[in-house]
Amino acid sequence: MAKSDEIVSGGVAVAEQNTATIVSNADAKAKVGGKTEYVVRAKDVVKIFKMGNEDVHALKGISIDIKRGEYVSIIGPSGSGKSTFFNMIGGLDKPNSGTVFINDVDMAQLDAMELAFLRCHTIGYIFQTFNLIPVMTALENVQLPTIFAGTPSDEGILRAKELCETVGLGHRLHNKPSQLSGGQQQRVAIARSLANSPSIVLADEPTGNLDEKTGIEIIQLLRRLNQEKGCTVITATHDDKMVRVSDRAIHIRDGRLDRIEEREEIVARLGTIENPRGSH
Amino acid sequence: MSVASTSGAASPKPSSVRQQVELPFAKAYEFALRSIKIRFWRSMITAGGVFLGIAFLASVLTSKAIAGPDIDPKEVAKMNWLVALSLLVCAVGITNSMLMSVTERFREIGTMKCLGALNQFIVKIFMIEALLMGIIASCLGWALGTSMIILSKLAAGVPANAPAGTVPLGSLSGTDVLLTLAFCVPIGAALTALATYIPARQAASIPPAAALRTDV
Repeated sequence: MAKSDEIVSGGVAVAEQNTATIVSNADAKAKVGGKTEYVVRAKDVVKIFKMGNEDVHALKGISIDIKRGEYVSIIGPSGSGKSTFFNMIGGLDKPNSGTVFINDVDMAQLDAMELAFLRCHTIGYIFQTFNLIPVMTALENVQLPTIFAGTPSDEGILRAKELCETVGLGHRLHNKPSQLSGGQQQRVAIARSLANSPSIVLADEPTGNLDEKTGIEIIQLLRRLNQEKGCTVITATHDDKMVRVSDRAIHIRDGRLDRIEEREEIVARLGTIENPRGSH
Repeated sequence: MSVASTSGAASPKPSSVRQQVELPFAKAYEFALRSIKIRFWRSMITAGGVFLGIAFLASVLTSKAIAGPDIDPKEVAKMNWLVALSLLVCAVGITNSMLMSVTERFREIGTMKCLGALNQFIVKIFMIEALLMGIIASCLGWALGTSMIILSKLAAGVPANAPAGTVPLGSLSGTDVLLTLAFCVPIGAALTALATYIPARQAASIPPAAALRTDV
């Protein structure tokens, strides 16, 4: 693959160094501020969809713990249940049985108002299809969550501007999504997900609608924000390349937990984003 | 939400989760107004349904007022039929346009909920939007319907075989015109509100994951 070679101009020495810092970073962050080590704990999560007369078991009892400050990839083929699992962690859908704890709060016990609070303040969402509000500018899209949080608008705009600059879109503040490229739209979405300083960022196939080069840029941006802001990043993907930056890779197959790869194994199998290894 | 059933006296909820704040009416109004402005032509089409329905209703009511109280009972029955028919046209037109306007924004609703919007806030935005459009379109529709009838009667003049003292506008008075307005605008607003409330409420209560899955 000639394309991936172009991106890898980074050099081996730098890559090795990066790997070392990434590992120690995640360990340190897991114990931040005396708070619990785990931001997300899922226990025996089961989800059944009704398709006509048939029950489809999308999730057959998944238990996973995710540490504070980690960058975790959930990987599995399409139809493996990873998106469903994702929606459970994000409080976007309810499991049929099992429990999901976010910051030690059992999500099943939350009422509508508390769930909205959680979605607003604790979790930032990034979607494959970006899901920006088409009629709003980049800046307004990023500001939107702060409005729902009740932040005064001048403060919200200031914060939105800062975030747009952080993701490298300081010059496109007043463009509508239709005037932005896919990569730029996803950057807006990333900035929006961080608007209320969430402790978890959930990215469901964030690179699915992007070309490889842009996808890698997006993944690197997510990794940088994960390290700078200390927020836990959980992404779902079916693309091995996107797993290279993660602290852990959780493999889901057929609605069950298949295996968990630690950072060392990921690097051994796939290399790093700057220095890929494996099938290419 | 019927989720509290899993635990009776479970551990108290940590203070990290609070109730989401309800945004003030002014904020919803701001959202609604901007939504109308940004989708100006789309809003015009939606409002067009209301506008035409009310214009028809107003024209029928004005004709009835011009004909006065002492017309043929057969004529009255026909007029009433026309009023009922025009109301029906109104209701169908409004429901259709409002339903479309809600359905095409499913994704937007799902996204807003992911970002922390409450169901009631979403319903509020749609209701304010609908009422604003409904009232303005009804007023314009009334103006069109009434003036069309009055102008055409004036243009036609008094028939040659009419008894002496007949005026082109028959027994129509200023009060009649105002009464038509007072009848048409609330009807237009109420139909718009009703036609919006049901789909908006339904759309707002769909779990965000499902709302985001929909492709329109």
